[in-house]
Amino acid sequence: MSVSQALPGTHRRDMDAYRLRHGHGGGHGGHDFPTGHGEGGPAPRHVVVAYGFWIFILSDIIMFSTFFAAHAVLATATAGGPSGTVMFNPANVAWETTALLLSSFTCGLSAVATRARSLVWTEIGLLITGVLGVAFLVLECREFASFVARGASPEASAFLSSFFAVVGCHGLHVTAGLLWLGTMMAQVFVKGFRPDILRRLLCFNLFWHALDIIWVALFTIVYLIGLGR
Amino acid sequence: MNDTNHDGDPDFGDVGPGYMETVDGGIRAGIQGYVLGLFLAALLTAAAFYIEGTHLIWGPGIAVALIVLAVAQIGVHLVFFLHITTAPDNTNNILALAFGVLIVALIFVGSVWIMAHLNDNLMPMHGAVPMQP
Repeated sequence: MSVSQALPGTHRRDMDAYRLRHGHGGGHGGHDFPTGHGEGGPAPRHVVVAYGFWIFILSDIIMFSTFFAAHAVLATATAGGPSGTVMFNPANVAWETTALLLSSFTCGLSAVATRARSLVWTEIGLLITGVLGVAFLVLECREFASFVARGASPEASAFLSSFFAVVGCHGLHVTAGLLWLGTMMAQVFVKGFRPDILRRLLCFNLFWHALDIIWVALFTIVYLIGLGR
Repeated sequence: MNDTNHDGDPDFGDVGPGYMETVDGGIRAGIQGYVLGLFLAALLTAAAFYIEGTHLIWGPGIAVALIVLAVAQIGVHLVFFLHITTAPDNTNNILALAFGVLIVALIFVGSVWIMAHLNDNLMPMHGAVPMQP
């Protein structure tokens, strides 16, 4: 039983808003509680939920890093087939990047609207986010289709297998995000800004922004560096 | 107001990731943050696409420049969109992120490094030396 539980809500909180309290001479078990172990009890629900979802996102990014590593290793293993320099179309990638970056922006604006408890603007922000996400997916599917039409299907070479794996995995994440976005729009509309709905919106925001971060790594490592290979 | 909004609550010790800290700024400051983030991200993206097709930079240096730009843009996204900051109440989020970055770097750099050495030490596959049983 630590002292922090024995002395709930003492005046010390006012002296150190961030609860850093290092070096008060008490040593461990004294009065220096690290951040997050304050006398206010466990962290609020939405902090715990968002933190847990943050851990999930980081593990998802680690999963992506294995795909990226495979692609970086296999990028030159074209087996006599087409290479990235021949196949990639920078204009198409630029449009995909624009769509996803703008969707990340509008997703953030919808979070601002949620904060202001504006139902209409939250829904509008989410709707534009979804439209831009669909535009991204359409561009990506067209690219995949043109690859396959030109004989560059996933089974043609190790390079193409790893390309379709890493880009397709990101595309699947965007698809899942769009389904989640649709259900969030419905939930906000029907249930309003209930605490649980707000937590889900926060998690969705984190997920969508994380997808854009992965896309930054994607267009750099796979497309732009691949074009110059 | 409802029970999930802990702004101004002195008991509110930590913040989760993605949590905007525009306590006094409100809507205006929130939008400004995202506009600034979008501007910086667009600038870095445009620079990356420009550098790829240019001869301004020495050829082999282009990949390095692109990676630097990507890391910068990921930083912009983390700060302006995901609201991961270095504030004391964000320590947990930063530490989790640092661990994630460590693992990603080990997996990615380690794989590329090992496989590059493996390629160097193997015979060229095409043209020569049929394998003996």
